[in-house]
Amino acid sequence: MRVKRILQEKEVANQASVDLSLIDPLIEKYKSKKGSLIPILQGTQDIYGYLPAETFIKISELTGLKLSEMYGVATFYTQFRLNPVGKHIVKVCHGTACHVQNATAVSEALEDALSIKDGETTEDGLFTLESVACLGCCSLAPVMMIGDETYGKLSGKQAVKIVKEIKISESN
Amino acid sequence: MEKTKVLVGLASCGIAAGANKVFNKLLALQGADKLDIEIKKTGCIGMCYREPLVEIIDDTGSYLYGEIDEEKAVSIFDKHLKQGEPVKDYIVKSDFIETQDDAFWEGQVKIALRNCGIIDPENIDEYQEQGGYKALEKILKEKISQEQVIQTVLDSGIRGRGGGGFPTGLKWRFAFNYKSEQKYVICNADEGDPGAFMDRSLLEGDPHAVLEGLAIAGYAIGASEGVIYCRAEYPLAIKRLNIAIEQAREKGFLGKDVMGVKGFDFDLFVKEGAGAFVCGEETALIASIEGERGMPRKRPPFPAEAGLWAKPTNNNNVETYANVPYIFLNGPESYSKYGSEKSKGTKVFALTGKIKHGGSVEVPMGVSIRDIIFKLGGGIIDDKKFKAVQLGGPSGGCIPEYLADTEVDYDSVTATGAIMGSGGMVVMDETTCMVDIARFFLDFTVKESCGKCTFCRVGTKRMLEILEKITVGEGQDGDIEKLEELAYQIKDSSLCGLGQTAPNPVLTAIKYFRPEYEAHINDKKCPAKHCKKLLTYTISPENCTGCTVCAKNCPTNAIDGERKELHEIRQEDCIQCGMCYSKCKFDAVLLS
Repeated sequence: MRVKRILQEKEVANQASVDLSLIDPLIEKYKSKKGSLIPILQGTQDIYGYLPAETFIKISELTGLKLSEMYGVATFYTQFRLNPVGKHIVKVCHGTACHVQNATAVSEALEDALSIKDGETTEDGLFTLESVACLGCCSLAPVMMIGDETYGKLSGKQAVKIVKEIKISESN
Repeated sequence: MEKTKVLVGLASCGIAAGANKVFNKLLALQGADKLDIEIKKTGCIGMCYREPLVEIIDDTGSYLYGEIDEEKAVSIFDKHLKQGEPVKDYIVKSDFIETQDDAFWEGQVKIALRNCGIIDPENIDEYQEQGGYKALEKILKEKISQEQVIQTVLDSGIRGRGGGGFPTGLKWRFAFNYKSEQKYVICNADEGDPGAFMDRSLLEGDPHAVLEGLAIAGYAIGASEGVIYCRAEYPLAIKRLNIAIEQAREKGFLGKDVMGVKGFDFDLFVKEGAGAFVCGEETALIASIEGERGMPRKRPPFPAEAGLWAKPTNNNNVETYANVPYIFLNGPESYSKYGSEKSKGTKVFALTGKIKHGGSVEVPMGVSIRDIIFKLGGGIIDDKKFKAVQLGGPSGGCIPEYLADTEVDYDSVTATGAIMGSGGMVVMDETTCMVDIARFFLDFTVKESCGKCTFCRVGTKRMLEILEKITVGEGQDGDIEKLEELAYQIKDSSLCGLGQTAPNPVLTAIKYFRPEYEAHINDKKCPAKHCKKLLTYTISPENCTGCTVCAKNCPTNAIDGERKELHEIRQEDCIQCGMCYSKCKFDAVLLS
């Protein structure tokens, strides 16, 4: 996340407008609690799937949190995204156990099949590819997670097959 | 006669292996047949390599079934549950049948994991049936003084299970000694080491044990509020913690006047992490709870004096807290009787990597690494040669095969240059390249360094660049020395544990596997045959069918050969991309 900061700033301009009233209850809940910037951002991301630029301004106005602080926190933690993501986030685990069981091959095969690099989203908006640190299913290494579903003991080919099946079911 | 019980292991790794489908199938079968049995979920049983696991406890005893899918579920339902005939082929553990998996359990002592895989983690009554909240009750009802509680923890000899190994009782005493109207206890559940999942198992399998440990710590130091900082990547653990907290509040184990004892208020909250490894460091964790960037702060003052919101704070790891109720229920000597002279009790390890029996195991301190890997772990996958074991994640190091008789206790492991860490044990075989592993960990620390200290931010990056050069065959004379020099500078000039320990994986790898580094640098060879750029690709005349697939896929057209005739790689044009190797269906591309 941190290394991609400049790229993100450029792209922020292309964001579509979002319904800002959705975050009202969230702000109400945390407004008076100290140290709740992270839960507010987490809640916002749960609603929109990412952190739209407009929401920063609204949260700042209503809570008194400084924009610079919010941006600092949002770019520090890997969980936060400043841009929209694909419908399915494909998280390929690169923990130690997965690494020694060749998680790199899984990532490479997926990059090849989806024609995107790590961290990017496919043109059709269906998939975002993400390398993540340990998912905690080390005994099933190498592992990837799509939505809430975890797939274990993968090879590159199997991973691609799973993604293709999702794609087919989406087009039907 | 007691009702027959069916337990399905529904922790994250069980679910990933398909345990939910098995659970639902069993429920459906029971519904259809109206069979009078109890089917319930439980936490991690530990035998991850045999997931999904189903345990049946009937009036004759216990039978643990492994690798159960829906089809096998039908078969054990029909034969075992309906007709009372255990299906021997699927049994992985039972009191009546010897199995090839029995060695996995031998030598294990379950203290922290005492309830994992036995109780339903979402049901407080089951925790209480196992003696849960009795330790807290004893302390509060018998009016045991705070000093005495701390003394008991000291007597047990327990040391911080997060990896630091600081005596827990001493930590509590420091926080107790600072006077303040408001104090806090924190549970560090930001288990970020790649290759470690002990805390996840515990939180998913027995959340109440952690809650009870926290309440006892709160009483001991005089805190009225506790925070569990859990990484967001563990949604199931967070869900079960919140359920547990709600249940404990309802029963009066948390809240105002805990258990009706006037004057002791204690409540708990879960704070979700947001994905930053450095937040496992206690001062960074505190900054993160306060809503800031998770950057470490200078110590002293230590959190015991000025921690969360600048109040005295005690911070321990999940496993440490989970041990606490046991110590009070059974006496400190029941805990200290296990272990070695300076490291008491048991330790949970997450056994992963190239090992046959991966899973979570709890063993007394002082057991040798070799015993864990070869007895419990069943040895190396495909019986390859055991090369090294990585302990302590990005802060730890690799212990080579010839030191495998090292005992697991804080001091023996530290003497090797690795650290005990939180319990991740990643086993490596002859195909694992030690330069690549060092590069892997450095890549991790470069991404996770918070950027506060220059040496950690820039130095680790420079080390990574050197390692990357070495793995692609551009290593130069003097690179090893440069790595060592940088490593010591980073260790000396970083504020927190992340930077101070970040060079450990590289230093231990150089210490024990220097010839492998030299082979990469001087001979441009990777002895483990892992680093693609250092391999020579050739085509085997025996296996090549002349299918032309390799030649078609070669990006530099470096492969010659007519259809149905032997192909050949022109080495001067080969860029070692490995495409031919991955495309060949006949294993005809050889690596050397």
